[in-house]
Amino acid sequence: MPKVPGLIKGLGVTAGILGKTLKNGADTVQYPHEKEAPPIRARGVIALHEDNCTACMLCSRSCPDWCIYIEGHKQLAPARRAGGKPRQVNHLDRFDIDYALCMYCGICVEVCPFDALFWSPEYEYSEPKIADLLHDKAKLGEWMETVPEAPELEAGAGK
Amino acid sequence: MTLTDRQQLSYIASQAADARLNVELETEGMTLNIGPQHPATHGTLRIICRLDGEQVVWAEPVAGYMHRGYEKLTEVRTFPQVTTLVNRIDWLGSFANEVPFILAAEKLMEIEAPPRAQVIRTILFELSRIANVSLFLGDLGVQMGAITPVFLAFRDREYILNLIEGATGGRFHPNFDRIGGLKDDLPKGWIEETRGAVKKLEQFCDTIDDLLFGNEIFQSRMRGIGIIPADIAKDYGLSGANARASGIDWDLRRDQDIPLSYDLADWKVWTHPDGDSWARCWIRLQETRESCKIVTQLLDQIPAGPVMTKVPRIIKVPEGEAWVSTENPLGEMGYYVVSKGGLGPFRVKIRSASFNNISIVPWALKGVYVPDVITILASLYFILGDIDR
Amino acid sequence: MLAQLAAEFPDFWPEWSIPYWLMSILRVVGGLVAVLLPAGGIVYLFLFKMMSFMQSRLGPMEAGPYGSMQLLAEVGKWMQKEDLAPENADLRIYRMAPLIVLLSTFLLIVVVPFGPQAWFTNFETGIFYALAVGSVSVLGILIAGWSSANKYSLLGGLRAGGQLIAYELPMVLATLGVVIQAESMNLNRIIEVQNTGEIFGIGWFGNPFIITQFVGFLIFMIAVQAELTQAPFDMPIAESELVSGYMTEYSGFRFLIFFIAEFATAGVFSFIAAALFLGGWGVPFEWFGWDNLGDVAWWMNFVGPVIMFTKMFALVGVIMWVRFSYPRFREDQLQTFAWKVLIPLALANTAVTAILKVVL
Repeated sequence: MPKVPGLIKGLGVTAGILGKTLKNGADTVQYPHEKEAPPIRARGVIALHEDNCTACMLCSRSCPDWCIYIEGHKQLAPARRAGGKPRQVNHLDRFDIDYALCMYCGICVEVCPFDALFWSPEYEYSEPKIADLLHDKAKLGEWMETVPEAPELEAGAGK
Repeated sequence: MTLTDRQQLSYIASQAADARLNVELETEGMTLNIGPQHPATHGTLRIICRLDGEQVVWAEPVAGYMHRGYEKLTEVRTFPQVTTLVNRIDWLGSFANEVPFILAAEKLMEIEAPPRAQVIRTILFELSRIANVSLFLGDLGVQMGAITPVFLAFRDREYILNLIEGATGGRFHPNFDRIGGLKDDLPKGWIEETRGAVKKLEQFCDTIDDLLFGNEIFQSRMRGIGIIPADIAKDYGLSGANARASGIDWDLRRDQDIPLSYDLADWKVWTHPDGDSWARCWIRLQETRESCKIVTQLLDQIPAGPVMTKVPRIIKVPEGEAWVSTENPLGEMGYYVVSKGGLGPFRVKIRSASFNNISIVPWALKGVYVPDVITILASLYFILGDIDR
Repeated sequence: MLAQLAAEFPDFWPEWSIPYWLMSILRVVGGLVAVLLPAGGIVYLFLFKMMSFMQSRLGPMEAGPYGSMQLLAEVGKWMQKEDLAPENADLRIYRMAPLIVLLSTFLLIVVVPFGPQAWFTNFETGIFYALAVGSVSVLGILIAGWSSANKYSLLGGLRAGGQLIAYELPMVLATLGVVIQAESMNLNRIIEVQNTGEIFGIGWFGNPFIITQFVGFLIFMIAVQAELTQAPFDMPIAESELVSGYMTEYSGFRFLIFFIAEFATAGVFSFIAAALFLGGWGVPFEWFGWDNLGDVAWWMNFVGPVIMFTKMFALVGVIMWVRFSYPRFREDQLQTFAWKVLIPLALANTAVTAILKVVL
C-alpha cells in the first residue's frame, strides 16, 4: 500500500484553492466585460505624429519585416522670415504600417530622430479582413490620442 | 459461402491497408507516430516509435517541422534586428535568448555594459528562467494526467509576464537588450512589484511541491524512469538541469566569467545523483526557488547610474569572431558571431540547448513503455523553437 | 417528535392505485430522468464549476446565468456536427459502440430504488444483476477502440479492456461484505437493514454500512473510479498520450453519447454506492418511528429521490475531486494495484465480515 499522506495533502491543496475561489473570487478577468489595463510601456500599436515626420525613411529601413511604407516628395515651403528664400522640405505623402507583418519590436520608434513615432498600449484593433490591418497616415494619427505619458523612472536611474 | 464483389473488394482493401503500414519500415510490431500534432510534445515534434505491444523497440525523433531559418535570416539583418528575431527561439524564456548574443557582440566591440545594466540584465534573465520553468512544472502535471497544476502555473506566471511587460513593453518578446546596455531604465515601482511577484512564485513552488511532487502516484511514475548516467549525458551533450540531474556539477552561471552579476548574490547549484526523470524535474523545481532567491537579493543591490554606455548611433561591430554561451532555462545556449565590420553579423551560429537534449531520445526510449515515453520527453524539457530554430 | 409529526400527516396514498400502463410510462420517464438529470447536474456542478474553482477561474459564464445553460449549448453544438467516420473504420460496429456504453447505464439504473414504492424493478438479486450488467460497457469501449482504424484508439481500447476487467473484481468482492451483512441481495432490503439497524445500541443513527464496511466502501469507490476511467485510472483516455484514447475518432453526436454516458454512469454508480453504503433513499427509521419497510409513509416516495440525489452528488463530488487532483497511473502499475493490493484486501474484508457475522 503506498504511503497515503502525500495523496491526502494533494486533495487538501485543491480543496484549499476551491475554498479560496469561492471566498475571494477567481484570479481571472471576465473579458470583454472587464478589461485589465496594460502597463504604460506596453507595445500595443504605433502612433504617428505627422508634424514631426520628415520622411527620412530611417524607420522604414530599420524594420526587420519591412512593414512600413513611406512615400514623400520634396516641395517648397514658404520662407520663415520676411525676405528669406523658400526652402525645400520633405512632404509626407504616404505612411502606412502593415500590422499583419509588424513584429512589435519597436526598432522604428527607437531610431526615429524626430520623435514622430510613439508606442500606445491600445490592443483592440483586430479586423475581420486582413487588408484592413494596413493602417494609413490618418489612422496612425488617431492613435496619438491614446499615447500615455512616459512613466517615471526608478530611483537611481542615470542620465 | 461466396462473397459478393463488394465484400471481396473491401477485404482486399483492408489487407492492403495493413500491408501498407507494415511495409513502411519493414518491421514486425506496430509503428506509432507520436506527433507532429500531439498534446504531449511541446510543439511540432514527431517521434516515430516501433512498438512491441506497449514497449518501445526503436524510436527516432524527426525535428524540423518548425524550422524558420534563423541562421540564414541573421545574415541579412542588422544587429538590433537580429535581437528582435532571436527573442523567438525559446519563446518562453525570451529575454534569455538575447543575452548571449548581445554579450558576444559586446565582446567583439570590447565594451562592457555599465553595472546597473548588468544587474538589471541578470534580474530579467532570472525572471525569464522563473517564467519558463514554472510553465514546465505546470505542463509536467498535464503530461502525467493531473489537470490542475497547469492552470496554477499560468496564473502565477502572469505576474512575471506583467513585470516584464512593465519594464520592456512586451510580455513574450521583450527586445530589451542593446549592445552596450539596455534600451530603457526601469519604471517607478517596478522593484516593489517584483518583490511581491517573486514571493507569489515561491508560494507557487510550494503548492506544486505539495500537489504534484508529493503525490505518490506522480513519484511512482517518475522515479527510476529514463535513467541517464553521467558519461552518456556528457557524450550526448546534455546541458542544464538534464546534466545536473545526472550528477554533473556544472553551471555556467558560476563557472565562467561573463559580465552578469551572479557573484553579487548568494546561491547554490543543485545536483542529483540519480539521473532519472524525477531528478530532472525536481532539480528544476529547486532551481526555480533558487532563482527567486537570486532575484530577491539582486533587487537590493541595483547600483545607481546609466543603463547604456556611450555607443555610436549606428553601430558597426568590428571584424572578428566571438563565442558566448550562458546558462539558459533550457540548458546551455551559445552564439558564435562572425562579424566582418558591417551593420549586421556575417554569420551567426546558434547552439541551442534543446537540440542536444533531444539527441538522447533514441537511446533513452529503448525498451520503455508508451506512458514512459511521455514521462521521459516531459522530463527532458525541450521547446520546439529551440530545437528547430 | 418527528414521529408524532409523521403520524399526523394524512395517509391518502393507499387509496390511489395506478393502472399498469401509466406505471410503465412513469417508469420510462423516470428512468430517463434518473440517468440524464444526474449527468447534466454532474457536468455543470463538478466538471464546469468545481474544476474551474479548483483552478482559480470561474468556468463558463456566458451561456445562461452563471453558465448554467452551457451543457445545453454544448449538446446543441455536438448535435449539429457532421457525422464523420474514418475511411477504414468498420462502420456498423463503429456506430454501435457508443450505444452499447449508454445501454449499460440504462440497464444499471433499473435496479436502483428511490423510495419504498418508487422503484423500477424489485429484483431479489438486485446487486448481482447490477454488477453483471455494469460490465457491458467494457464491450462498447473495446469495440470502439478496434473499429476506429486508428492506432491510438486501439491502444486505448486494449488498455481499457485490461483495466475495466481487472477492476470488476474488487467491486464485486467489496459488495460481498455488504450482502453478507444485510443477508440479502435486494437493494431495497439492504436499505431497510441500514436504516433500521443500530450500532452499539444507538438507534438514531441507523447502521449505514460505510461504518462497518469502511474498507469495502473504500475499495468500492476506487473500483468505481477505475470503472469510469477517471484519473488516476484514465489510461484508456490518457489525453496527453493517446489524444483521446478509444474516443479519438468519434465526433458530433456519437461523442456526445460517450460524454453523457461517462457522467451518467458516474451518477448511477454513485446511486448504487449510496444505496449500499450510505443508507440509500432513507433516513434512520427511528426518527419517524417506523419499524420496517411496510411502515414507511407514502410521502417518502417523493422525499426519497431528493435524499438519493443529495447522497449521489456528495459521492460524485469526491470522485471528481480525486479526478482533478491526481496524475494518472501507468498501465502496469494500475494492474498491480488491482491484483496485488485491492483484491487481497477485498477478500480479507469479506472473510472478516463473514466471521464477525457468525460470531456476533
